[in-house]
Amino acid sequence: MTVTLFVPCFVDALFPRAGISMVQILERLGHRVVCPAEVACCGQPPFNSGYWDEARPIARKVLQQLKDAEAVVIGSGSCGAMVKKFYPELFAGQPEAELATQIANRTWEFSEFLVRKLGVTDLGAHFPAKVTFHDGCHGLRELGIKQSPRALLGRVRGLELIEMKEAETCCGFGGTFAAKFPSISTAMGEVKCNSALETEAEYIVSNDSSCLMHIQGLLSRQGKPLKTLHLAEVLNHA
Amino acid sequence: MSTNVAQFQEAAARVTADTRQRQFIRTALGNYEIARDKRKAAFQSWESARQAAALTKWEAVNHLDTHLEELVAKLEARGTKVHWASNGTQAREIILGIVAAKQAKSIIKSKAMTSEEIHLNEALEKAGFEVVESDLGEFIVQLRGEAPYHIVFPSMHLTRGQIRELFARELGSTSSDSPEELTMVARRVMRHKYITADIGFTGGNFAIAETGMISITENEGNARLTAALPKTMVTLIGIEKVLPKLADLALFLPMLATAGAGQPLTCYNTMYGGPRQPGEADGPEEWHVVLLDNLRTELLADAEQRDALHCIRCGACLNVCPIFRNVGGHTYGTTYSGPVGSVITPHLRGLQDWKHLSNASSLCGACTEACPVKIDLHHHLLHNRRNAATEKPAFLERMGYKIFGIIANDPLFWSLAKKFGWLTQPLQKLVMGTALDPARAWTKTRDLPPLARQSFKDWWKHRP
Repeated sequence: MTVTLFVPCFVDALFPRAGISMVQILERLGHRVVCPAEVACCGQPPFNSGYWDEARPIARKVLQQLKDAEAVVIGSGSCGAMVKKFYPELFAGQPEAELATQIANRTWEFSEFLVRKLGVTDLGAHFPAKVTFHDGCHGLRELGIKQSPRALLGRVRGLELIEMKEAETCCGFGGTFAAKFPSISTAMGEVKCNSALETEAEYIVSNDSSCLMHIQGLLSRQGKPLKTLHLAEVLNHA
Repeated sequence: MSTNVAQFQEAAARVTADTRQRQFIRTALGNYEIARDKRKAAFQSWESARQAAALTKWEAVNHLDTHLEELVAKLEARGTKVHWASNGTQAREIILGIVAAKQAKSIIKSKAMTSEEIHLNEALEKAGFEVVESDLGEFIVQLRGEAPYHIVFPSMHLTRGQIRELFARELGSTSSDSPEELTMVARRVMRHKYITADIGFTGGNFAIAETGMISITENEGNARLTAALPKTMVTLIGIEKVLPKLADLALFLPMLATAGAGQPLTCYNTMYGGPRQPGEADGPEEWHVVLLDNLRTELLADAEQRDALHCIRCGACLNVCPIFRNVGGHTYGTTYSGPVGSVITPHLRGLQDWKHLSNASSLCGACTEACPVKIDLHHHLLHNRRNAATEKPAFLERMGYKIFGIIANDPLFWSLAKKFGWLTQPLQKLVMGTALDPARAWTKTRDLPPLARQSFKDWWKHRP
């Protein structure tokens, strides 16, 4: 199968290793991976801030670049939710409405693609560490992703998964919310970090680098040893 | 920055810095969640119950006109006087008119968020009447001169010690801080008020069109005394409280108790069908029901957000909301706080003045998941943001997104932007967290991840 990998803007610029891991995993599974050069962002920042007219040109570009894709894989629950759930709403009544729905139906979040589309859970990974998993809210509630990442982590040799308390509570990132309401965002992040620290895990793993950016930002500032890692990097660890 | 936003930000900063209060609220609501989950499990299928409740409310709200007409006809048939109030001013005038006509001095009240919405207590007190809240939580916040902290648990922010001190100061009591003793102090005050009050004022949880009844649920028996003892009863409800059939309560009463407080049923569930009828031994001689619109019909006209009128004011969305849990109820500065308050307040009190509440959300969706009547709460926050930005865009923010769009859509610009960021990040490190830092809103409390020397796209382009 030819897989079109959509690497979100912040993964491209800040967390390239997550994207590289996805490419390597998909290729090892025998698929051809393509990455459209002109796709940078899904348009979520202006969309979530209410600037839908400013979000549309960005999203339109994505639709053009993905229109011939057999399957689109996105390594972020949040950007995945944008394409799968919100593009049809953003383009409702627009000429691209049908295309948006078609692409939404062909788009997968990375862990869901592996488990539900490809039926793969064992990637032969070895990662001897205690980890806890953070569910990004968009992946969890907009896309209903809960089991797939855990099914994948369950087959990683040496890995011990410890669930944290209030695992489904938001980490407080929320995109521009984190900058518009920093005191609330930080307070929410502190609660999340404390829940993760209580597990005594060495890593917080997630299928969403945006949440991890927030959590890692707080942990680093407080000098906590806990590290964050994208799911794909764990699954790519031999 | 409008004063509402500034007040919100200031209050949020104050409460989030108060780890003791945050922990206190989180523990209380954590206990609520345990109780709620236990009660949810008693439903054969909680999800089916939600679906059924949402459908019933959809029918009620989408045919509100006919259900209201039926309700009023049935209420009037048994001698109840029904009043229509388009807004808060009218509602206050109607109620003040009733109170004045009865030459009343003292009013006893059971819990009613609609009365908070129209600032009834202030109006009555200003007109020289004595008003006493009979719900224990409301009684406590009234003594403190505060608004309710939460729509179901008005004084949940206070410790027993604080309540003991309050009672000692305001009522001269010498009780310990055991809940039983504190309740007895309040009861002694209230029992006297029930007997001497001229008017009993209540809210209502549901209005049954089929039978012309107002359903009131409560845990303390105070609403029953409020309704039964004074000669005149006045009830204020929002028009969206209508349910078509009496049998609907078979679902809605346990659902409200479960979602609201983790109870199987609220302790006292009473249906009021009219004033004292000939041959009846008790009940008020007169009953006035005031039906309040106060811009609910505007919300009804909004097809996208009409389901916000499904709300049964259970407070479930507040209880699970990580924003509410960390900033508390008073920070919102509104009658209805938490997610549902952030959705409806812009409709009830002005979009531009209250849009910040819709922005103050990570859009995590915990509220929507918890809502027993399936209001699409967090998506409505997004819709409010869209409506606010379309109506009155912030110039700089809009320009920022336009420029971002141009950069993101052009591979060369995007690549240059990453290079520029990589080159300038050592400078940003020098001023990190200070007033000179353009990313200060983030870096004051959080580190920024470094931009990668080789981005994913660079790696992709140069891979063999």
